[in-house]
Amino acid sequence: MANSNAARTNAAKTKAAEPAQPANSMSVIAPALGWLIPGAGHIIQKRWIRGALLLVSIGTLFILGLLMQGHIYKANGGDILDILGFIGDLGAGGLYLVTLAMNGGQGAIAFAIADYGSKFMIVAGLLNFIAVADAYHIAIGKKQ
Amino acid sequence: MTVQLTHFSAAFVFALFASIVFGITHRETTRDMLRYGLYCFAMFLGGALVAGWAMWLVRR
Repeated sequence: MANSNAARTNAAKTKAAEPAQPANSMSVIAPALGWLIPGAGHIIQKRWIRGALLLVSIGTLFILGLLMQGHIYKANGGDILDILGFIGDLGAGGLYLVTLAMNGGQGAIAFAIADYGSKFMIVAGLLNFIAVADAYHIAIGKKQ
Repeated sequence: MTVQLTHFSAAFVFALFASIVFGITHRETTRDMLRYGLYCFAMFLGGALVAGWAMWLVRR
């Protein structure tokens, strides 16, 4: 038991010590595309199922937020909490840009579910930031 | 078109999709992804239920 734990620890150390692949064009394209279209950073690297699941999960969360009359934050909110909301929303990339272009999500929050909708969209953006980082790790060979 | 979710269904949907993303991005193998996703889902939904009952107790 102790030996297997030690072996596992050594294997983990060896893995951590392995240098990742040097930066390549994919390490730039995959995160950029993944930000613009959630899951696309994985799909372009032939992680079809992961990419599709990310697209469905993040896309559905964002669209549900919109349909729940959630509020879209803009860059010039003024309030620090509005700026944080904007950073979260911005993570959704293309979904956020298209929503802004179509003037969606601009209503005032009138009821509790609408506030949930705002949070859904912010969380969708934040989850996309994580997905972008994951796409980058795949591109540099740090993750399979 | 407007969607009106109940508090529980909103928590369920949130937990489901956040868990899928967490599972995919935080683990290496498919098996580990599935296990971690299920763990996150249980923690999200369980946490919401526990917090809800705790608030109900505090209010009494």
